[in-house]
Amino acid sequence: MSEVAIKNLTLNFGPQHPAAHGVLRLVLEMDGEVVERADPHVGLLHRGTEKLIEYKTYLQAVPYFDRLDYVSPMCQEHAYALAVEKMLGIEVPERGQYIRVLFSEITRILNHIMNLTTYALDVGAMTPLLWGFEERERLMEFYERVSGARLHAAYFRPGGVHQDMPAGLADDILDFCETYPTFLDDMETLLTENRIFKQRTVDIGVFTAEEAMDWGMSGPMLRASGVAWDLRKSQPYDVYDRVEFDVPVGKTGDCYARYLIRVEEMRQSLRIIKQCINDMPDGPVMTQNHKLTPPRRGDMKQSMEALIHHFKLYTEGYHVPAGETYTAVEAPKGEFGVYVVADGTNRPYKCKIRAPGFAFMQALAPLSKGHMLADVPAVIGSMDIVFGEVDR
Amino acid sequence: MDEALNDLGAYIAAALPQDVIDTQVAGGELVVRARLTTLTKLLAFLRDDSNCLFKVLLDITAVDYPEREERFEVVYILLSLSQNQRIKVKLNVGEDVAVPTASTVFSSANWAERETWDMYGIYFSDHPDLRRILTDYGFEGHPLRKDFPLTGRVEVRYDETQKRVVYDPVKLTQDFRSFDFLSPWEGMTDVLPGDEKANTDEEEEAEGA
Repeated sequence: MSEVAIKNLTLNFGPQHPAAHGVLRLVLEMDGEVVERADPHVGLLHRGTEKLIEYKTYLQAVPYFDRLDYVSPMCQEHAYALAVEKMLGIEVPERGQYIRVLFSEITRILNHIMNLTTYALDVGAMTPLLWGFEERERLMEFYERVSGARLHAAYFRPGGVHQDMPAGLADDILDFCETYPTFLDDMETLLTENRIFKQRTVDIGVFTAEEAMDWGMSGPMLRASGVAWDLRKSQPYDVYDRVEFDVPVGKTGDCYARYLIRVEEMRQSLRIIKQCINDMPDGPVMTQNHKLTPPRRGDMKQSMEALIHHFKLYTEGYHVPAGETYTAVEAPKGEFGVYVVADGTNRPYKCKIRAPGFAFMQALAPLSKGHMLADVPAVIGSMDIVFGEVDR
Repeated sequence: MDEALNDLGAYIAAALPQDVIDTQVAGGELVVRARLTTLTKLLAFLRDDSNCLFKVLLDITAVDYPEREERFEVVYILLSLSQNQRIKVKLNVGEDVAVPTASTVFSSANWAERETWDMYGIYFSDHPDLRRILTDYGFEGHPLRKDFPLTGRVEVRYDETQKRVVYDPVKLTQDFRSFDFLSPWEGMTDVLPGDEKANTDEEEEAEGA
């Protein structure tokens, strides 16, 4: 038999593919069923957020952050709010800080439910998704009650949070904390020791600690590789230094370790939520400096000055002194940072958004090399990709 | 916190006096100004030196100052897990200068440089794969430059007769308006005509009391 030259097959995955978690076009060079090279084409959801922010006042820029990673909106507002507060040099009242930490953790659960259940769906388990979205809806109701919107909350603003929590919300969140572990246990019985789930995830997409750092990983992706690093612990912001929680760290650095870490993070989030509600003091939720934050509606009916402040804040906005900052938070996906350059006017001169997903997407090529085609969705799922933040 | 950063800055400046223009701590963040030719050497030093260990390159971006002679400021944002510190490395470059790639030092620099190329048109020499990343296939221009219009230059629509998506120059039904509400709200020092009275009244009251 004569020798036959076998050419690698180039396979187009996406841009519309349910396992791509959004609009990802992936050009795969296949040797048989083995991935030789993966070339992700991102940017199909690029909306020019950073350019738009340059044309908006500091307050008007807040809602853009909801629309980046649309499954964890509040954590991104948090990064932006902290950055602007840092440049303005203002302190957030304690109650505002507790509410922000509380809702950051609700957001973390919201994000991890979305990720883990769709991930399970990608590798063949449908039930967790159906159960998980019921819980997710309950969390989004908390969002709605506190901000008026289920998803695009625009709730964390420079200076604090927009409004205080409505009466009774804290009790309902505590009720949720009581029932949620049952769901987690149920989900774990379906997945953690599930033979199919483990076959699809164990030893798939492995990163060592050195590789993970080299590729700019953060969040669960970094911790799964055995690096104990969590910004909430190492560079605490707001009141994270006053709440007790543990940071799960993985050993193997594979897709399964990432799954286990996210499950444990949800349990830790519940702990933080309970502590926040119990320790939360009374008081204002936003800085009372009305040159920076709007006055109360009632005051505006009585006070001329309040009316002027309101008018000026919603037309001109406030001026941020010239300077720059890179401020990052531990978003559910990883380190979400904003690099803001202020030139002393009412608009940011530049606002660069450092999204964790962008680095993860880049790491798809080394993670999927040498794996089967069917493992690619497993790797994508374990990375927790949302294209709103990758493409910006 | 600032003291540790000052020490770190002084240490870096002392270790590589030829390659660092200056170091400064502003707003609790350390900035190191690098030289174009020895950038990779500096980055490798920051990554490997036992007092630095900035092993994670989080991002590369640029800031556009069209009025400056060297228009762009390229910013490298690094994180050290073992020192629990962040550092920014800055580099001033002109429009037609090629920046040596950092992807030989950090793998994560690859896409970050592609994005900077895409958004600002800063060329990175020896980059393994310097394609556009976020913008459309066949896009022209660099959107985050200050002279690029917010509305862009082309718009897409589906053409029913040609049965495909076509690109047209942007047609705005209403002129682009940039609302500039900038006023000297705070820190206004000049007295506007007619305002002299307001101040004298207060002074008189103060005197009266």
